[in-house]
Amino acid sequence: MGPQHPATHGVLRVKLTLDGERVVEAYPVIGYLHTGIEKTAESKLYHKVVPLTDRMDYLAPMSNNLGYCLAVEKLLDLEIPAKAQWARVCLAELTRINSHLVWIGTHAIDIGAMSMALYGFRERESILHIYELVSGQRMMSSYFRIGGLSKDLPENFNEEVQKVLDMLPSRIREYEDLLTNNRIWRNRTVGVGVLSREEALKSSITGPMLRACGVKHDLRKAIPYSSYDKFDFDIPTRTGEDVFSRYEVRVEEMYQSIKIAQQAIDGMPEGAWEAKAPGIVSPPKEKILHEMEALIFHFKIVTEGFHPPEGETYVGIESPKGEIGFYIVSDGSPKPHRMRVRPPSFINLASLNKICKGGLLSDVIANIGSVDIVLGEVDR
Amino acid sequence: MSYNKEAEKFIDGKFKELIREKSTFRDELTYIVDKDSIIDILKFLYEDEQFEYNFLTDLTATDWPERDERHEVVYLLYSFKDNTRLRFKVRLKEGEKLQTATVIWDSANWLEREVYDLFGVYFEGHPDLTRILTPDDFEGHPLRRDYSLTYEIPQFSYNKDEPPEVI
Amino acid sequence: MGLEDKIPDGIILTTLEKMVNWSRKSSMWPFGFGLACCAIEMMSTFMAHFDLARFGMEVMRPSPRQADLMIVSGRVSNKMAPVVKRLYEQMPNPKWVISMGACASTGGVFNNYAILQGVDRIIPVDMYIPGCPPRPQQLIDGIVKLHEKVKHEKLKQPVEKGKKK
Repeated sequence: MGPQHPATHGVLRVKLTLDGERVVEAYPVIGYLHTGIEKTAESKLYHKVVPLTDRMDYLAPMSNNLGYCLAVEKLLDLEIPAKAQWARVCLAELTRINSHLVWIGTHAIDIGAMSMALYGFRERESILHIYELVSGQRMMSSYFRIGGLSKDLPENFNEEVQKVLDMLPSRIREYEDLLTNNRIWRNRTVGVGVLSREEALKSSITGPMLRACGVKHDLRKAIPYSSYDKFDFDIPTRTGEDVFSRYEVRVEEMYQSIKIAQQAIDGMPEGAWEAKAPGIVSPPKEKILHEMEALIFHFKIVTEGFHPPEGETYVGIESPKGEIGFYIVSDGSPKPHRMRVRPPSFINLASLNKICKGGLLSDVIANIGSVDIVLGEVDR
Repeated sequence: MSYNKEAEKFIDGKFKELIREKSTFRDELTYIVDKDSIIDILKFLYEDEQFEYNFLTDLTATDWPERDERHEVVYLLYSFKDNTRLRFKVRLKEGEKLQTATVIWDSANWLEREVYDLFGVYFEGHPDLTRILTPDDFEGHPLRRDYSLTYEIPQFSYNKDEPPEVI
Repeated sequence: MGLEDKIPDGIILTTLEKMVNWSRKSSMWPFGFGLACCAIEMMSTFMAHFDLARFGMEVMRPSPRQADLMIVSGRVSNKMAPVVKRLYEQMPNPKWVISMGACASTGGVFNNYAILQGVDRIIPVDMYIPGCPPRPQQLIDGIVKLHEKVKHEKLKQPVEKGKKK
């Protein structure tokens, strides 16, 4: 099943050994999108790595930004103001809805429900409108920076997000009506692609795949980051361990994300949007244009960078695909010595053989869809 | 605290001879251990009921070319019981082999293949140690510090007639 | 219908070249070749909001043997390059190539050991669309310009594809 295939969500190659219609072995071959992001990051200053991290999981770019910024802020021991943290939470949850909408569109079209792709991408346009409002770019926004946000939220942010949040729940209910009790959908997904709980834990699976096996674990509640502990939400879990349970978990997660985003815009605090750290975070633009000191700081930050303390940190956050973690090793120089990304899709994809074994050929497509991979993250 | 103080005391007591260094930078517990004993330590922690560090979050490596022991393989563990992390590091000279962790976790299979592909660390006992990200006929190990980035200087009008220079 | 109103006698005078070019540009079938982030913007362009089917690209064929237009969207790594070349050679003439995005045109943000610095090092490209990723409106603009280019193609000399520096 070659690198160019309409149903592999990118350039994934799967070597299938078949016995009639039954799959004996499914061996994924990856690396067709290897970009060397980790090596490139070693030659750039810390601030300049942020746009690179956007391009790994390109369906949820803001959550990659968030992970990297949190890791560097932990290394520097920076305190982020409350407004920046709440704005980050709101946009991260919109990113989660964004990623799940693309997932449901492509997964459903692979299994046969062709109109779902049109609906998923239609909702996505409204969320991309919010991204454009906030940063100017539709997809790779790089809006989160080290120390907070890159610029203040616009004045009509709350109204625009409220419009999107009012429109979404009824649309997601429509998708559920189309799919959840549909006989064809159930026949193709219930009991298919089973991965037991012990196997999932041994294969280091994280994210919705793990929650569909009955493990109630979510990094937003387990190790709260960026003031997630001030929000009230549930963790959807199912025990079915098959493709249908993963679908249910993700749809339920979309509702919870809407709840969190609503709380975020209702209670958004006032204040600064970036931390006060003169050598690390750029001063605001008005000061740069009028004061000499601010200009000098800005010049030094952009050309020379800052010198973090020597050491290493790891921060893992809950991205829509699983646990994405950034392990940064610093040797005191302005460029990272090593930036490692713990890729959730890479580790989830390694279990494809176990999921597909013994199933039918047509179930391989459903299984690949339920793992929810993004090849940009698998190959980096 | 994002690391478990009792786990720290327990590991300090049980594996005292095998630990070379310990650090708690930014609330994270890191142990540097001998390379021959790492798999036994990980296996012990996997089966241990008191702390339950049985989830392998990440397996990666770092390259320090100016040191004698240039490769540093990093294991990151996680416990669901108290939501804390634990990091183990092993230092290797160039060409030294390390025992594979696939005897404990299945996810170590692809993670070790990636470390072999990008750094050149050989894992003994691995079922299928081949290149995974770079093309099969690629020579060299890209993420080593002495492998150049292969940056092509962009061509403008003053150097457009020569082939692109590579650094 | 409209055609019968314009030509009551039922006779049109035109050149074969114009006829062939008009029919080629009106129903170019794209080849679904999405590699990375630009592929998502390409998919958005095909979907309901910015409909690309109104330009004649109704059917997106997964097989290269039934497609006319290859949109290389995304970064081409060194491992993927032979595959791209092979797929290009499997497409029947006449064929066109759009290189969408900065990574496909020149290597983009990534200038290192793993990414081919521009897909035009292995296949001939007709239209370059910059952007990271280019907006759907930019992609539609590029496709409309490609249609203009096809309208002025000559039928006399054979289209020399596959012979590049």
